[in-house]
This record gives sequence, C-alpha cells and structure tokens, in this order.
Amino acid sequence: MTSASPMISVKNLWKVFGSNPDQVIGTELASLTRSELRAKTGNTVAVRDVSFDVAPGEVFVVMGLSGSGKSTLVRCMTRLIEPTAGELHFGNEDVLSVDAKRLRELRRTKFSMVFQHFGLLPHRKVIDNIAYSLEINGVEKDARHARANEVIELVGLQGYGHAYPDQLSGGMQQRVGLARALAVDPEIMFLDEPFSALDPLIRRDMQAEVIRLHHELGKTMVFITHDLAEAVKLGDRIAIMRDGAIVQIGTPEDLVMNPANEYVANFVKEHPKSHVLTIRSIMRTPGTGEELSEIALAPQTTVKDAARSVVGSTRPLRVVENGQVIGIVGHDEILRAIAGTED
Amino acid sequence: MTLTTSAPSEVKKSSKNKYIAALVAGFLVCATFLHGRATLFLDPSTNTSFHSWLNSISDWITFHRTSNPFLQIVVEGIRSFINGLVTFTQNLISQGSGNRSTPIIGWLGVVAIVVFVTFVISNKKIALLAAAGMTSLGLLGYWTESMQTLALTLGAVVLSLLIGIPVGVLAGIFPRFEKLLMPLLDFSQIMPTFVYLSPVTLFFLIGPASATIVTLIYAIPPVLRITSIALREVSTASVEAGISMGSTKWQMLRKIQVPLAKRTIVVGINQTIMAALSMVTIAALINAPGLGQVVLSSLQQLDVGRSFVAGLGIVILAIVLDRSTTAAAAKVEEKEPTEQSKRIRRITVGISAAITAAAVAISHSVTWAATFPGTGVIGQHLSNGVSSASAWLQDHFSNVTNAMTNIVSYLFINPLQWLLAETPWYIVGFAWIALAAIIGGRRVAVISAICIAGIIGTGLWSDTMVTLASTFVAAFITVILGIVMGVWIGRNKRADSIIRPILDAGQVLPAFVYLVPFLGLFNASRFTAILAAVVYAAPAAIKLAADGIRGVPAGMIEAGIAAGSTPWQMIIKVQLPAARRGIALATNQGLIYVLAMIVVGGLVGGGGLGYLVVDGFSQETYFGKGLAAGLAIVLLGVMLDRISQAVAKKNPLQQG
Ligand SMILES: Nc1ncnc2c1ncn2[C@@H]1O[C@H](COP(=O)(O)OP(=O)(O)OP(=O)(O)O)[C@@H](O)[C@H]1O
Ligand SMILES: [Mg+2]
Repeated sequence: MTSASPMISVKNLWKVFGSNPDQVIGTELASLTRSELRAKTGNTVAVRDVSFDVAPGEVFVVMGLSGSGKSTLVRCMTRLIEPTAGELHFGNEDVLSVDAKRLRELRRTKFSMVFQHFGLLPHRKVIDNIAYSLEINGVEKDARHARANEVIELVGLQGYGHAYPDQLSGGMQQRVGLARALAVDPEIMFLDEPFSALDPLIRRDMQAEVIRLHHELGKTMVFITHDLAEAVKLGDRIAIMRDGAIVQIGTPEDLVMNPANEYVANFVKEHPKSHVLTIRSIMRTPGTGEELSEIALAPQTTVKDAARSVVGSTRPLRVVENGQVIGIVGHDEILRAIAGTED
Repeated sequence: MTLTTSAPSEVKKSSKNKYIAALVAGFLVCATFLHGRATLFLDPSTNTSFHSWLNSISDWITFHRTSNPFLQIVVEGIRSFINGLVTFTQNLISQGSGNRSTPIIGWLGVVAIVVFVTFVISNKKIALLAAAGMTSLGLLGYWTESMQTLALTLGAVVLSLLIGIPVGVLAGIFPRFEKLLMPLLDFSQIMPTFVYLSPVTLFFLIGPASATIVTLIYAIPPVLRITSIALREVSTASVEAGISMGSTKWQMLRKIQVPLAKRTIVVGINQTIMAALSMVTIAALINAPGLGQVVLSSLQQLDVGRSFVAGLGIVILAIVLDRSTTAAAAKVEEKEPTEQSKRIRRITVGISAAITAAAVAISHSVTWAATFPGTGVIGQHLSNGVSSASAWLQDHFSNVTNAMTNIVSYLFINPLQWLLAETPWYIVGFAWIALAAIIGGRRVAVISAICIAGIIGTGLWSDTMVTLASTFVAAFITVILGIVMGVWIGRNKRADSIIRPILDAGQVLPAFVYLVPFLGLFNASRFTAILAAVVYAAPAAIKLAADGIRGVPAGMIEAGIAAGSTPWQMIIKVQLPAARRGIALATNQGLIYVLAMIVVGGLVGGGGLGYLVVDGFSQETYFGKGLAAGLAIVLLGVMLDRISQAVAKKNPLQQG
C-alpha cells in the first residue's frame, strides 16, 4: 500500500485547544501528558504529532476511545478546524496553505464528509440535500437533480427524493448523508463515526453498503469509528489513537496479532483472532508427494473464512498468489490457529 | 448559566443579611429623628436652573431649525421622510387626500385585505377572526381612529423590520458587532416607554414623525435581538455540513442560516408588531392620532365608558395582529404540501385575491364601502353601559373600593413615602449606596451612586422618591402575586395550560388599556396606578416564577417526596428555595415593568415623575422639567435594575 504516491499525507499534525496553543508545541510542555498540560496551562492537546499516509483507494480507519481526538483529527483534515501545526497534502496539494477560495473548491469537488449525526439540512428535501454541493457550485437545477437521482439510486433510496429528512429513519438519513457525500464524485471521503447513532442491525446493513460502494467506486476513505469490529470489517489499515496520538498503525491482523503495547492489546483482546488472522501466516510448505485439494485460496483470506472449506475437504488446500502456489493449509493448521488464538 | 454554590458563600450570605438588617435599623432611626429635613422638595410650579437650561435648548433648537445645517438636513430630512411615509399610509386607509374626502382604500377594502393577508400567512380560522375583529372596530364607531392607529403601526413596523432584521442578521453572524449592540438593547429594554417621548419631540417636534421614531426605538430591539439569536441558534451540525460542502458565507446565510432561522424571526416580527402597536397608542401623548388619543382624552376626562370602548378597540387590533402573526410563525414550519394540495391552494388564493381586489376597487369609489356605515351606536351603547356600570359600582362598592384604597394608601404607600420622600436626601442616598454595595459589590454601588447623583442633579429627588414608593408597593404586590401564582401553575400542569395563554395575551396588550378598568373602579388615585402596574407587570413575573419552580430538578423533588414532605413543606423547603433564582429574576422584571407603568399612571393621579412627564408635553414652560423627569426615571430604572439583578446573580442556585 505504501508503494504508490499517497492520496493523503499527514505529517506531524497538532491541534491544541486553548488560549495560547503555540506555547506548547516544540517546547518541553509538549512532552507532558494531556491531563498534566491541562492542569498546568489550561490547554488541551486534542491531536498530538500525528503522521500517516493513505494510498489511493485505501480505506483508512481511525479508531480510539471517546475523547481520543478522532473527530478533531478528521476536522483538521477537512479544515473545519485549523490545525495548530503540521503538514497536510492531498496528492501534491498543500491543503493547509490554500486560500479560502481554493479550499471551497476542494470541498465542492475533491473531498466530502459524512457526519455522525448526519448533518442534514432539515428545511430541504432529500434530493435538495443531496444536490446542495452542486447547487452552490452553480450547476443548473435539471442537471443537479439528475445527478442527485443517480446517487439516490446508488444508495438505495429510490422514491424518497421528495421526502424531508425528519420523515426518514436514522439509517435512511445516513444513506442521504452518504449520497450527499457521493454526489460530487469526490476522490476522498471522510466519515466521522457515520454509523454510531444507528442500531446494530441497521449498522451492519450500512457497513455492507459502504463495502459495496467502495467496491464499485473505489473512493479513498478515512473512516472514524470506536468499534473494532467495524474497523476490522472495513479497514485496509487501522490507526489506533490515544490521548491525541497515534499509538499504532497497521492492518487488522497486525494489530490483533502484534499489538504494539498494552493499550492496543487491551483494545483488541476481545476480538476473535480468527477473524483477522490470514492463512498466509499459518500456511506451510507442502510435503513431498502430498495430495492436495483442487480448491485454492488467496493468502489474505482470514482463518475464519478459510475454516469451512478446509474442514470440508479431506486434503489440504492450496494457497495461491499471482498464479503461484505459495503454501498449503490443512486441518492441523486451522485447528492450531483457532485453538492457539481463542484464549 | 452555570452557577456554583459553596459553603463559604452561605456563610457570607448570613453576614450579608446581618449588614442589611443593621442598615435598615440605622435608616429607620435616622428617618425618625431627621424627618422632614433636607428633603429637596420642589414645588410643582418651580423650574430649577437645569430645567430652564433644558427649556433653552428646546428654544434654541426651535429657533435654529431652518438655519443649523445638522438640524436642517439630517433632522428635518428624517422628519419629512417619515412624515411622507405616514401621510402615505394615512391617505391609504384613514384619511382623505387631494380632492378625496375618503381614504384611497375604504373600510371594505381594508377588511378584505386584512382577511386576505391573514388567510395567506396563517389560516382560515384566523382569517375569520380577523374579519370579525376588523368589522367590530367599525361597529364600535372607531373605524377612522383604528385605521389611524393601524396606519401608524404599519409604517413603524415596516421601518422597524427594514432596520431590525438586517442589523439582527449582522449581529447574528458577527459576535463582536453583537457585543457592541448588547448594552444598547439592554438599555432600551429597561427604559420605561414613557421617557423616550420628550427627547424625541425635542428634535422631531410633536406629531406623527416623533410618534413613529419613538415607536421605532421601542419596536426595533425585539426583532433585532430575536433575529440574531435565531441565527446563532441554527444547529452547528447544519452549519458545519454547509461549510464542509464548500458554501461561501453568503450561501451559508441565504441557503442555510436564514431559512433555518425563519420561524424564530417571525416570532420576533410578532413581538415587534405588538411593541409598535403598544407604543403607537402611548404616542398619543405626543399627538399621535388614533385610538390612543381617544383613550388618553377620556382618561383625562375620567370618561370611563369612552376609554373602555376605545381600549377595547386597541385590544381587538392587538388580538388580530398577534393571532395572525403567531399563526404565521407556526405555518413557516409546515413542509411543502403535495402537488395536488398546492394546486388547490393556488386556486383558492387566486380567487380570494380577485375578490379582495374587487372589494378594494368598490371601496375606492362607492360610498357605503368607503366610509363605515352607521354612527357607532353599538359603541355608544357599550360606552354608556360601562359608564353607568362603573358609576353603579363606585356608588355601591365605594366603601369596599375606598377601604382598599385607604388600606393600601395608609398602610403601605404613605409610610413608604414618608420614609423615602421625607427623610433627608443624604440619608436615603447613603442607604441606597450601602445596600447596593452589600448586595452587588463595588461596581453596583458605584453605578447606584452615579444614578443618585444624577437624580439629585435633575432637581426632582423628592418626586423620584414619591414614584419609588409607589413602585415598591406595586412591585411588592407583583412579586407576591408572582410567587403565589407561579407556585400554583408551576406545580399544576392543568392550571398552567389555562393560565399561561391568558398571561401571554396580557403581555401583548398596550400599557394604556390597563388603566381603564381600574379607573372605572377606583377613580383617579395613586392606588389606581399601582393596580394597573401590578396587572401590567404580573404576567412576566408569574411566568418567570413558574419557570423557576418548574426548573427545580426532578431529582430534588423526588428526594423531597421520599423524605416524606407534605406538599406545603415541599413548596416552602424545597421548591421555593431551589427556585430562588427564578424568583429573583421575576422580581427584577417585575420592578422594571412596574416602574414603566407607574409613570404612565401619572395620567390618572399617580403623581410623581410620571405626572411631570405628562405635564411637560402639555405646557411649554415645563418642557424642560418633563425632560428632567424622564431622565430621573431612567436613572431610577437603571439603579433598580442593577441592584435587583445583583440579587438574581448572587443567588447561586441551579436552574433547569
Ligand atoms: N472546540 C474544542 N475546544 C476545546 N477542547 C476541545 C474542542 N473540541 C474537542 N476538544 C477536546 O479535544 C479532545 C478530543 O476530542 P474529539 O472530539 O476529537 O474526540 P473523539 O475521539 O472524536 O471522541 P468521540 O468518540 O466522543 O467523538 C477532547 O478532550 C475534547 O474535550
Ligand atoms: Mg468524535
């Protein structure tokens, strides 16, 4: 994922709330913990020296407890809040130095945002909520409604274009939120806990929806959540935040299998490892003359997903990458993986 | 409002009470021994040099009106612009012009337009109410006067909205601008309506222009304030969404903030209309034509019947204006209807518009539709009926009403007046400043000292103390009433749902009309003014007290019930103490409202500053004195407001 030039690049980003934020960064105060600093100066470090890259088409999940600075980070990235220090690039563009006009342009075309509490405009119909960005960009009514109807279809809201937001259920409202973010065909989407306000069943639907949309449209996404299952389900990579700082970035498997510290370990310990462990890490080389099943699996298949096929077959399955057999998995590997990880 | 309560402040409070007790005791001793000395009493017919100086300013302005460039261009410019506007609205609905003896639109046309407009902005029911209301104005025999009032009100409302809404929008989006305006708005709110009058006439002369300007001063703040609040209260979620999609400031305003604030802004418009109507009637004192004139002249002639009928006309106008704009605010919320109902509506509106146009056309040229037919016999009968009822009441219940008047006078007003107006000024002044210092700290004490110095400077110390005595009595009754009624409706949802609409209605009525019924019962006296003030101030005080009671946290009440309190114990030991802040606020508002009305009571024998203000309008030699009385009222108002607000702030108890 790091090979292509990144779509988003964040370097040493800080956000300090309070009366005198500049006195903190680059001084010895910066090394204080959040609560110490607040006690001493009244300032709050919401985002602390955060750096990461997001590749084109990647779904990058930011995770952390309430108050860990997730929203502030994503608001800094969309410049709803001005960061106190740091760099931010979308492609080659230095986002923090663009003027107000260019920033509006970026917001209208390059990236869009989905909010936890939907942020729909109650006085506008669904279709006019979705067409808002196009409207303020001067797109004619017919054209923008045509486009709005396209995305309405895309998110499965056919027939609700002329309803008002408060006539819809929460799940449907967030579909409107998604549609609105998609209407301008942005390259990047920021989603700040988009499903936290929904009940679990609807949430699962919506997660599937995001996976489908990502599959069809291939947008780069920065997705905020405090739900590990959601993070694992959607994220190519996950960043874990604590007190404003990122404590670990990695694939779901990295985090679960090799937590960087106690904090991350605590975070992921409830999570069934078979859901993140890939067969790449448990496969073995075939013995000579060993008989193999016809079925082949990709190396990034999780143990959980592989288990059924492996158990259903009497012979080990091949693990194939780029047409090459790179290993095999049999009953033993799967059992050992599940047994070894379920404690 | 986050307030903290802590043990040390409790300790401080009890020592505060000791200080206040000592102060009162010392004051009473001094008042007794030094009675009648240094009272600064000023004979009603005497002008101080300050009053004469004010008179000379007035003379100077009169003399230089056509030569001084500022007066000539700015003041006269504004005056002729507003006069033009008023003449236009008057010609339209209330007076003949050119070679016409009737207004451009006759009564039928006006009724049709009012009904049509209420139908469009609100609904059928309100439109019917409007039709009935407008017609009854004619039946009462006061069509022309009503139209004069309406024309003045509409002109002032249009100007108020043209100024108030844009400025309110600016204040809503620029917090710093809002901060700048705030003191001005606050000040205009505590200033009794009465006192705007003379300074404005100083520049704009007596007449419709001054009437409109005083109305603007009074009517702009509500819509301005509410517009700015409405804009700021647009949910941050909507605002943030708008920004995140790349809206410009202007697009935010036009497509998000204003549409979302619209409903609240309409509430502000409603308040501005009611304020304008109220002030237009009071502006009768400076020769504004209309129903206010009728009320005023009949009040001065103690003609209860006539003042009642004209007052009723004002009430009817108020109800029509209030109901229709309130319904309009509710309607703003309604979502766009279906295509079909939209079409039906378009057709009905089209037809009603055509009927209205026809009615206007007929009323322009056909006599029966131009001038309201009949001579207002109904109004005449009503007037006679009320007059004889009042006479009968006064005859048969004079012992009761006299007893009430006497009890209040001898038990409360006279002793208080004795204490305040007949004790040396330095004792009273010192007591005030000391009280302000104990309650509000150094800042409030300094403000009080400045106010007292100012009042002495106006030369009207003694009259101010007379007014203050009445104000105290009325405020005391108001607060007691506020607490009793507030406890009742604060604890009883049913009672609340019945009483509150009455209170709301009471609050929109112009101050003038409150004098009428009490004049009918109690004749002209200080007590009449006090009763009118109580009734005028009570709605605000009751509502604040009730909100305070209702705001007591449920947990606290449950704890009280769990501890086995009787309802009485609940009220005394839990709810009242916990609602102290609400009650303090009720006291503050009660004082401000009462003061405003007590001075209006100068018209019906209230005496004191109000009487001097009224006198200033009618006699040129006392113009300066009236102006000084207005100033004294303002200073008194500021002082009462600061001290009572300090009480509200210093009562650290949570609300809501
Ligand atoms: N405008 C602000 N002013 C001062 N402090 C703020 C502000 N916004 C956020 N903070 C503080 O910054 C910290 C991070 O807040 P943030 O909202 O980013 O957390 P979060 O991870 O999004 O939490 P949640 O899961 O509850 O949404 C918190 O301690 C918060 O109190
Ligand atoms: Mg958040």
